[in-house]
Amino acid sequence: MTDYLLIIVSTVWVNNFVLSQFLGLCPFMGVSRRLETAIGMGLATTFVLTLSSVSSYLIDTYLLVPLALEYLRTLSFILVIAAIVGFTEMAIRKSSPILFNVLGIYLPLITSNCAVLGVALLNVQQSHDFIESALYGMGAALGFTLVMVLFAAIRERLEAADIPTPFRGHAIGLVTAGLMALAFMGFSGLVKH
Amino acid sequence: MLSALLVVGGLALVFGLLLGLAAVFYRVEGDPVADQIDQLLPQTQCGQCTYPGCRPYAEAIASGEAAINQCPPGGDETIKALAELLGVAATPLNAEHGEIAETPLLAVIDEQNCIGCTLCIQACPVDCIVGAARLMHTVIAAECTGCQLCLPPCPVDCIDMVPVKTEHASWKWPYPVVPIQPVCTDRAASMMEPPA
Repeated sequence: MTDYLLIIVSTVWVNNFVLSQFLGLCPFMGVSRRLETAIGMGLATTFVLTLSSVSSYLIDTYLLVPLALEYLRTLSFILVIAAIVGFTEMAIRKSSPILFNVLGIYLPLITSNCAVLGVALLNVQQSHDFIESALYGMGAALGFTLVMVLFAAIRERLEAADIPTPFRGHAIGLVTAGLMALAFMGFSGLVKH
Repeated sequence: MLSALLVVGGLALVFGLLLGLAAVFYRVEGDPVADQIDQLLPQTQCGQCTYPGCRPYAEAIASGEAAINQCPPGGDETIKALAELLGVAATPLNAEHGEIAETPLLAVIDEQNCIGCTLCIQACPVDCIVGAARLMHTVIAAECTGCQLCLPPCPVDCIDMVPVKTEHASWKWPYPVVPIQPVCTDRAASMMEPPA
């Protein structure tokens, strides 16, 4: 039980995928201008990450390893992720067309979000079992959502702040992301890995 | 080698099948975003946005072809509502498409001068002008949206836009107006300008 808790804490705070491992920076910068969009993107990514982490574990354990086809890992993981993203896209288009429009190109781009493939591959590398893979994927997604929401909230305030002209827009966004990453490094002593 | 082909092919087949089923299950009729935009537009069908009516303009906004600041009858309130719906910044009305009327206007035909040419009838987007060839025309006041599209075609300039008089039927409570005072003056001044 403690192991499972440690996995969650480790992926959400200590080894946060965006701020400590610098994976998935594209949607982090791209759709963090508004809080609602960031929450929508976070939820979509949570769904995709958890599901793809679990199903890539299943495919790896029950298909690729028994048939000695480990060299097909990246290919088949990408296939799984693309299918799940396609499904998520359809579901969001049906349930919330406005969110679909707002997320725009960033929704299909979850496919190429390196955090998603990264989680699937790290699961294999760290030889997680089924529940650990699920928790690892979910923790990574929760961490992603957390920093997305925090970052979007900061950026909304930055819009109204008195920033020198050369720093406005993405420049101050990147500076903020760097400071947030520094702050998240404070968690690194929390769990001995 | 064969097993690799079978595994990848099989996976692709299974996911293709699942996605196909999902596409049937999550089928979306029409364009729901255009519907929501259409509901926010004033439905005057005036065509000042350069589109034939409100629905085509809503579809153009939904597909990203048109900006949200092309609707003079809707004014600032429509632009703000559209900006809120679509998650984009509200911009001032594009002056190319007309100006926001301070007070609601109504077209009135000077009936003595009307020659009955029917040109204004063809121009009216809401069919609120009645008349026939070489007979006097008149405006159905309750239907007129004040879009001014009947003014240019009139050869004898007999149509006037008059402000709608405040009567018992048309009077409304004024909106509560709270004066906004800028806290930080140079930032406030720069926020007045549209972003470059």
